[in-house]
Amino acid sequence: MAEEIRNDAPLVEVRDLKQYFDVRTGAFKSKPLKAVDGVSFDINRGETLGLVGESGCGKTTVGRALLHLYKPTGGTFKFDGQLVTDKNIGSMRRQMQMVFQDPYSSLNPRMTVEDIIGEPLDIHHLYKSRSERHDNIMALMQIVELNAEHETRYAHEFSGGQRQRIGIARALAVNPKFIVCDEPVSALDVSIQAQVINMFEDLQAILGVTYLFIAHDLLVVHHISKRIAVMYLGKLVEIADADELNSDPVHPYTQSLLSAVPIPDPKTARAAKRIILQGDVPSPLNMPSGCPFRTRCRFATDQCAVEMPELKDRGSGHMVACWNK
Amino acid sequence: MAENYDIPVPKKSFLSLQVDPKMFEKATDDEKRQQDVMAESTTFFKDGMRRLMKNPLAVMSMIILAVVILILIFAPIVVPYDYDEIITVEGVRDKGAANLAPFEYSVKEQSYMEQYGVSIFPHIFGTDELCRDYFIRVVYGTRVSLMVGVFASIMVLIIGTIYGAISGYMGGKVDMVMMRIVDIIYSLPDLLIIILLSVVFKETLDFSKVPIIGKLGTNMVSMFIVFGLLYWVSMARLVRGEILGIKQNEYVLAAKSMGASSARIIRKHILPNCLSVIIIMTAQEIPTAIFTESYLSFLGLGVALPMPSLGSLANAARSGMQSTPWKLVFPAVAIILVVLAFNLIGDAMRDAFDPKLKQ
Repeated sequence: MAEEIRNDAPLVEVRDLKQYFDVRTGAFKSKPLKAVDGVSFDINRGETLGLVGESGCGKTTVGRALLHLYKPTGGTFKFDGQLVTDKNIGSMRRQMQMVFQDPYSSLNPRMTVEDIIGEPLDIHHLYKSRSERHDNIMALMQIVELNAEHETRYAHEFSGGQRQRIGIARALAVNPKFIVCDEPVSALDVSIQAQVINMFEDLQAILGVTYLFIAHDLLVVHHISKRIAVMYLGKLVEIADADELNSDPVHPYTQSLLSAVPIPDPKTARAAKRIILQGDVPSPLNMPSGCPFRTRCRFATDQCAVEMPELKDRGSGHMVACWNK
Repeated sequence: MAENYDIPVPKKSFLSLQVDPKMFEKATDDEKRQQDVMAESTTFFKDGMRRLMKNPLAVMSMIILAVVILILIFAPIVVPYDYDEIITVEGVRDKGAANLAPFEYSVKEQSYMEQYGVSIFPHIFGTDELCRDYFIRVVYGTRVSLMVGVFASIMVLIIGTIYGAISGYMGGKVDMVMMRIVDIIYSLPDLLIIILLSVVFKETLDFSKVPIIGKLGTNMVSMFIVFGLLYWVSMARLVRGEILGIKQNEYVLAAKSMGASSARIIRKHILPNCLSVIIIMTAQEIPTAIFTESYLSFLGLGVALPMPSLGSLANAARSGMQSTPWKLVFPAVAIILVVLAFNLIGDAMRDAFDPKLKQ
C-alpha cells in the first residue's frame, strides 16, 4: 500500500526555484540577473513536461539549476520525495541525467563513442569487469539504434542525429528516472528531429523515464508532452495539459506564442489571426515591476504594474498567472 | 520492373519539375556494399602525424636531429679522447698539440706513428689551446645544450600546464590572483635573476658532490631554477587561455552533470583538448632554452669549466678568430643546426596539430 501512495506522488516537485547571476555593472558594483525567479511545477512519474519560451527566458537555466550545474539561489527541489541538496547531488546524479542542445559541442572530440557512453559508468563504478562495461555499452548502443561497429569511432565522424543519439545513450547509461532534455532537437534538421523525438517517446514507453522537455518549438513540444509550461522572463505564466493549452490558451503571452506557430496549410494560415507583440523583451537586469509581461500586454492594467499575479488554477490543472484573464 | 515501385505517381502539373519514380533504377548489391565503406577512423594523433610527415622541412629537421643525437650518443664511445683530457703521447703531455687544425697531427704524434707503425685516432675538429680534442668538446657541448633544452622545457611544461589548468578551470577570483602572480613574474628581468641567483648559490650551496649537476656547475642549477621560476609563465598563460575556451563546451557541462570530479574533468576532457597547444609550445620552448643556455655560457654564466658548452666554446674561440677560425665555426654550426631543427619542427607541429590552421 505504502508503495502505491508513493507512486502517486510526483517524481519532481519544484517550489519557488530561483537562480540569480551576478552581473558586474561597474568596477565594484554588481547587480543580480534574475534568470529564473520563483518557478514552481510538478512532474509526475513517466510524464513529459514541456517547457517553452523564447530565447533568454530562462528555460535552460531551470534545467541546469535542477541538476545543480549552477548553485540555485533559492527554492526547493524534491526528487522522488527527497530534497536535493548540495550534499546528496552526487548520488542524485545517478537518477537524473541531461541531454544537451548542441550535439556538436556536447561530445568530447577526443573520446571514442565507447568512452563517451561509458563515462557515466566509469564515474559511478557501475561495472565489475571490462567485459561487463563493454556489454553495457553495446546494449545502450542497441537501444539508441547505433551500429555496434562504430564503438571505436570518434564523435566527429557521425551525423547530427547520430551524435544526439550518442548523447541520449550516455544519459541512459546510469538508468536514470528523470532526464532533462535541453532543446535536444533544435540543432537538428526537421527529418532528424522526428527520428530523435520518436526515439524519446519509445524510450519513455519502454523504460518509463520522466522528461523535462525544454524547447522553443511549440509543435515539437505539443507532440511529445503531456503537459506544457510556458515561461516568460524567468517566470512561469501558464501550465496546462498539452491539448488544452493548444486549443484554449489563456495567458496573453501564450496566445501570441501560439498564433506565431506556422500552419502548414496556406488556406487556414491566411484565415488565422496573428497576434503580434509590440516592443522588445525587457532586459532581465532591468525587470518591469509587477507582471514582467505587462510592457507588451494588450490587457495590461494598473494592477499589473503593482503586483505579480500568482499562478492560479482555472480548473483541471490549468494554471495561469494573469490578473485579467 | 516498374511494378516494383509502389510510390504513387502524383498528377504532374504542366510546369512541375517532379521526377518520375519510374525513372529510378534499383541499386545492385555491389553498389549497396559501397555505401557501407566509411573512411578509416583516424585519431587526433594519427591525423596530426600524417600531416607532420608531409612537411619536407620537418622531416629533414627530424633526420638531422636524429643524426646529431646518434653522434652525441656514440661519439664518446668511439673517440678515445675525453672532453677534459690533455693529449698525451706515450704517457707524456704533448705540448705541441695545441691549436691543431682539423685532421692535423702534432709533431710528437707523427713521430710516434712512424716509430710504431700504428695510427692515432684523428682530431676531427683539431684541438684547442689546452691540447684537448676539439671534436669531443663540441660533442659534449652539444650534449649539455640539448640536455638543458629538453629538461628546461619539460620543467616549463609541467609547471606551466598544472598552473594554467588550475587557473583556467577555477576561474573567477582564483584565476585573477593566479594571473596577477604570472604578470608579476613576467615583468622580472630573467638575465638579472640568473646572475643574482648564481652569485647567491655560489656562496651558499655546494653542488659539486651531486652527480651530473655537480659537473654542470652552480650556474646551471640557477639557470634551471630560473627556467622553473620564470619561463613557465608563457606556457601557463597559453594553457589558461585555451582552457577558458574549452571550459565553455557542453561536454564539460555534461561531464559535470554526470557527477565527474574536477580532477577527472581536467584530466579527461580539458587537457586532451588543449594537448596540441601544449605540444607545440613545448617544442618551441626547447630552442629558446638552448639559446638561453648558449648566450649565458657565452657571457661566462653557463656551465662550470672544464665542462664545455656550445656558448662557452664559441666565447673561447673568439680570441683566436683570425688564426683558428674553425674553432668558432664548429660550435656555431652546432647551435644553428640544433636550434633551427627544433624551430622548424615546432613550426611544423603547430601547422599539423593546430586545428585552427587546418584548411
